[in-house]
Amino acid sequence: MLAKRIIPCLDVRDGQVVKGVRFRDHVVVGDILELAQRYRDEGADELVFYDITASPDGRTVDRSWIRRIARILDIPFCVAGGIRSVADAEEVLGEGAEKVSINSPAIADPELINRLSARFGAQCVVIGIDSQTVEGVYQVYQFTGDPNRTRNTARKTLDWVREVQERGAGEIVLNCMASDGVRKGYDIAQLSAVRALCRVPLIASGGAGAKEHFASVFNEAKVDGALAASVFHTGALPIPDLKHYLRETAIEVRP
Amino acid sequence: MQLAIIDSGGANIASLRYAIDRLGVASELTTDPEKVRAASHVILPGVGAAADCMGRLQKIPGLVDTIRKLRQPMLGICVGMQLLFESSEEGEVPCLGLLPGRVRRFADRDDLPVPHMGWNQLEFEPGSPLLKDIQPGDHVYFVHSYSAPVSPLTVATATYGEQFSALVQSGNVFGAQFHPERSARIGSLLLRNFLQLQPTH
Repeated sequence: MLAKRIIPCLDVRDGQVVKGVRFRDHVVVGDILELAQRYRDEGADELVFYDITASPDGRTVDRSWIRRIARILDIPFCVAGGIRSVADAEEVLGEGAEKVSINSPAIADPELINRLSARFGAQCVVIGIDSQTVEGVYQVYQFTGDPNRTRNTARKTLDWVREVQERGAGEIVLNCMASDGVRKGYDIAQLSAVRALCRVPLIASGGAGAKEHFASVFNEAKVDGALAASVFHTGALPIPDLKHYLRETAIEVRP
Repeated sequence: MQLAIIDSGGANIASLRYAIDRLGVASELTTDPEKVRAASHVILPGVGAAADCMGRLQKIPGLVDTIRKLRQPMLGICVGMQLLFESSEEGEVPCLGLLPGRVRRFADRDDLPVPHMGWNQLEFEPGSPLLKDIQPGDHVYFVHSYSAPVSPLTVATATYGEQFSALVQSGNVFGAQFHPERSARIGSLLLRNFLQLQPTH
């Protein structure tokens, strides 16, 4: 049986792992290689490295660390942030990343999804979507790495989810912004709404604070993987404990 | 040992090379038919579309013919495994034809997202040298939308809606649908087992 994936997300800024609350006030939580190795040893199924400053600053990611990660890591990892072209993606994948995740640049240039998918195959192309409810409608946000530039794109999230799949996305990470960093649980309602029209793997992001939150997002929103950061970085929820709990509640996970 | 990794242009080549490095084995990335022929072991990686991957191999004069005639242990990975078969539904492309059969797309079902992406379990009866020290039920990492049906060549299966070939073998030719280079300890065991096969020149 296909296991549900537990995915620690390492927000990277200036070569270090940081974490903020609701995308603000970032504090350094550790060294990239050290954390990557630790999560791998603890049983993480995949890692996401997200350069939160890259897109808003209009600069590219410092990619020197990707190769160092790829040399030591024997589980898949995805790199997000600052990937705006086929050439950017080629570099990141060439260094050993399994997938690239595109967010703001896909909103600015949706054709980019088609080009990436045609060149590397859909399985390499993850679309990250930052979304929250505005007047009762789920809406897509852009440039969420920088509070001063964050803006509502006026795109409806459900429409965007349909479009990115048509264009060749191989996976969708839905980050529910209102839940992010506050550890009150995933936004089950929003994830379920997206699940209903998502035919590619769907990863939940934003809100994990306790092991029960993972069980509900797998059972109720039927997502394929759950992404979390602070709950892992702080040591509040060790991955072996989480996986043990999920197994006890009859959710299939990799030992 | 001389390991040749055929440069099929896929995106998993770097991670495959690092996985081989971690085993302490030197490898050469090449498209030179001479070097491929001279190697003791050959790996054919592949990521992306079967037609693109096959097209890249066909661009190198003599390469496809060399691959077809190899006698040493050869391992196709992911799309590299799919290319070992006669044809693929993906782009209706003729493949290497080293193994009988046709690769097909996963059935479109509401409850099963495609690609099949993530850690799934291997099911098998022990016996294949590639599965030494690996247990039925162990998880390996898959990312694919197409797969080879179960056949007499199948040595391990996995299930995603339907059962399909996770690992195939015919003489010196092996194929893994999953990514051993991204399958943690189990993947490393599989690569080690492959590299321990005796070359049969």
